[in-house]
Order: sequence, then structure tokens, then C-alpha cells
Amino acid sequence: MPEEKKFELRIVTPDRVFYEGKAAFIEFNTTEGEIGIYREHVPTTVIVSPGILNIYEEDVNADFKKAALHGGFATILQDKVTIMAEVIEWPSEIDLKRAEESRERAEERIRDAKPETDMERAEASLKRSIVRINSLKN
Amino acid sequence: MASMRDIKRRKGSIQSTQQITKAMKLVSTVKLQRAKTRADAAKEYFKCMYDTIQSMLAKTGVCNSPYLNKNDSTKKAIIVITSNRGLAGGYNSNIVKLIQANIPKEEAKCIIIGKKGRDGLTRAGYDILSDHSEMIDEPQYPDAKMLCEEVLKEYTDGNVGEIYIAYTEFKNTVTHIPTLKKLLPVENEGTVTEAKESTGPEAIMNFEPEDEEALNLIIPKYVSSMIYGGLVQSSASENGARMQAMDSATSNAEEMIDKLSLQYNRARQSSITQELTEIVAGAEAIS
Repeated sequence: MPEEKKFELRIVTPDRVFYEGKAAFIEFNTTEGEIGIYREHVPTTVIVSPGILNIYEEDVNADFKKAALHGGFATILQDKVTIMAEVIEWPSEIDLKRAEESRERAEERIRDAKPETDMERAEASLKRSIVRINSLKN
Repeated sequence: MASMRDIKRRKGSIQSTQQITKAMKLVSTVKLQRAKTRADAAKEYFKCMYDTIQSMLAKTGVCNSPYLNKNDSTKKAIIVITSNRGLAGGYNSNIVKLIQANIPKEEAKCIIIGKKGRDGLTRAGYDILSDHSEMIDEPQYPDAKMLCEEVLKEYTDGNVGEIYIAYTEFKNTVTHIPTLKKLLPVENEGTVTEAKESTGPEAIMNFEPEDEEALNLIIPKYVSSMIYGGLVQSSASENGARMQAMDSATSNAEEMIDKLSLQYNRARQSSITQELTEIVAGAEAIS
């Protein structure tokens, strides 16, 4: 894809700049559903919900980078997209075993829920581990 | 004049103090490096977040979000970030003084991070809501998020009407500025934002979900990022302040040791002279 069809992508987290560069197309999950973004998108602010972020650097049909995105929000402008991620990880940074363990723990907590169980927290942790596990699958 | 033994003892004690301050200086120098990298890394997020919020507010205009409008409570929650240990010069007392100068104790409810700030504010008669002193040693984003949830709950429950954060801004290694910032209700400062530059002032931002809902979801993230930013900057400032304090303590000790060495040598000389005079006088008396 020619350079002028690409847009600037910046992904910032509290402890680092996760990604900075040009992208042709990205897709991720928002509270309103999955979205894909090309250049010249209508200026929009969306809230990210946990899911996989795909970054197509060259072309939609070419290779893409995957990342596990756990929350935050994104500001989409026509030529620039900024994702303020609270937590985001490359699949290489994820420990599959740990993610699976945490999934089991969360499922267990939800299964035998007691009144004092913090359901929101358990669900959030379950979602996180599922996203992590999914990002490692192809 | 003090006796030789006294001077020697004093010199010894100052020397061991100097060793301590020197070691503390080295430790805080190393810690400062770490804290500084962390603060620099967070700065980016901090800045982006601030820009985004400001541009969002500029574009949405009037909005009914509870986070933007004052509620009835006159109480003010203050998140106070200080250190757990002293020996950092004016670092902790500056924050306490800043709060005393700006917020009367009748209106304040303090959420404390750092034992020194807690001690100072309790002494001044401030109301302490909760204490999270363990956070400052290794500030993590999830900690800030937890704290944010706590303080937002107070706010939405109507227990407090405004939220402030008191932290020490880390300008560079030698300049640290005690800062008191209002977190909520968010004020639009009307600054020129990045968004305007790239799409022109007419660009209208859409929100998904609707404006109000989106703001309600984003503002908590904004508050936690501000708290996190405050935490990492304060921790860098703390180590910077301690490094400076220990540096000047070490050089003061050096100065005192020099002075005492001189005194000691004089005392030694005069005692030798006195002994000689006595011997000579004794010999003369015999002959």
C-alpha cells in the first residue's frame, strides 16, 4: 500500500510507548463492537474493550502484528490514531502457562461465587486471561 | 579549649556520620536513576492523556457528566504523596506546608501515600481518610487504579466535592516543585491541542458510545493516570531531594572534620609545649 494511504499509529501505556509508526489498517474491540480503521476515518473516540489488536503495517492482505489489548481508549483522527492502553502486550511477552492458570482460577471463582466474591474483578481477570490465550493462538 | 580526647571523639563521631550520609547518597543516586527512567516513560502517557481530555472537553462543550459538574459537598479530598522515610531535606515538609497554605483543615479529607506526610498532617489536625503508604516504594499502575476507584467512589457518593492531588513535580535532578492540582471536577483550560493541529479546528469528534457515557468511562482512566504520574514523579523527586540533602550533609561533615583536625593539632601542639615548659622549669628548680 502506498505511503499516503497509511496513517500514524501511536500506542502509549503508562510505562512505555508500546508502538509508534505507520499502519495501513488496524482492528480491535471496542465497547460498541469490533472496528477496523483505515486512513480518513471520521474523528472518533472509542472505549477499548479487551480483545486482540491487529496491526496491518503494509497491506490488509499482508502480514500483521498481533497484540493483546486489555483496556483503555483510542482517539481516531483522519491521519492519526492514538491508543491510550492501560495494559497491552505482545504475544511474545505473554506466559501461556500463567494465563491458563489465571483463567482456571477466575473460572473457579465465578463458578463457586459467594456473596462476598468480587464478580467484576473475577470477570475482568477471566477476560484478560482469555485475551492473552487467544493472542497466542493463530 | 576542649581537651584532645574530646576533640578526637567528636571527630570520630562526625566521621561515622559522614560515612552514613555518603552511603545514603550513593543509594539514592542509584534509586534516582531508576525512578527517573520510570517517570520519563510515564510522562508520555501523562501528556497524551491530558491533551486528549482537554481536546475532548473543548469539543463536547457543556455536558451533564457528574465528573464535570460540582456536587454539593464542600469537602475536598486530597491525595497526598510524600515519602516513607525522612532525610530528604524539605521534600516532605514542603508538601505539608503547601496543603496547609491552600486547603483549610476543616474542608480536607486526606488520602495518604507516605508516612511522613501522614505524620505531618495528623500533627496539623487534618482528617485522614485512608493510608496507602506502601505504594510509594514501587509505584505500579494497578495501584493508582485502585486508589482512583476509591477516591471516585467518595466523589460519586457525594462525600467530597472536589479532588486534589498534592505531589512533587520532577523537573530535573535538582529542581522539584511541590504541586497541588485539581483532578475533579475537570476544568477545561482551553489550551491548544494536538487534535486541532492535525484536523483543523472544525473537526467534530464523535464518541462511541455517546459523549456522556464515553466521558464517564474515560475520566476515571484520566484520574488514574494523573495519580500514577504523581506517584512516579514524586518518587523520582524524593530520591533527588535525598541525594541533594545527603550531598550537602557529606560536604558539611567534611568541613567540620577539617576544622576539628586543625583544633586537634593545635591542642596537641600546645600540650607538648606545655609539657616541655614544665620539664625545663622543673630542671631549673633542681639545679
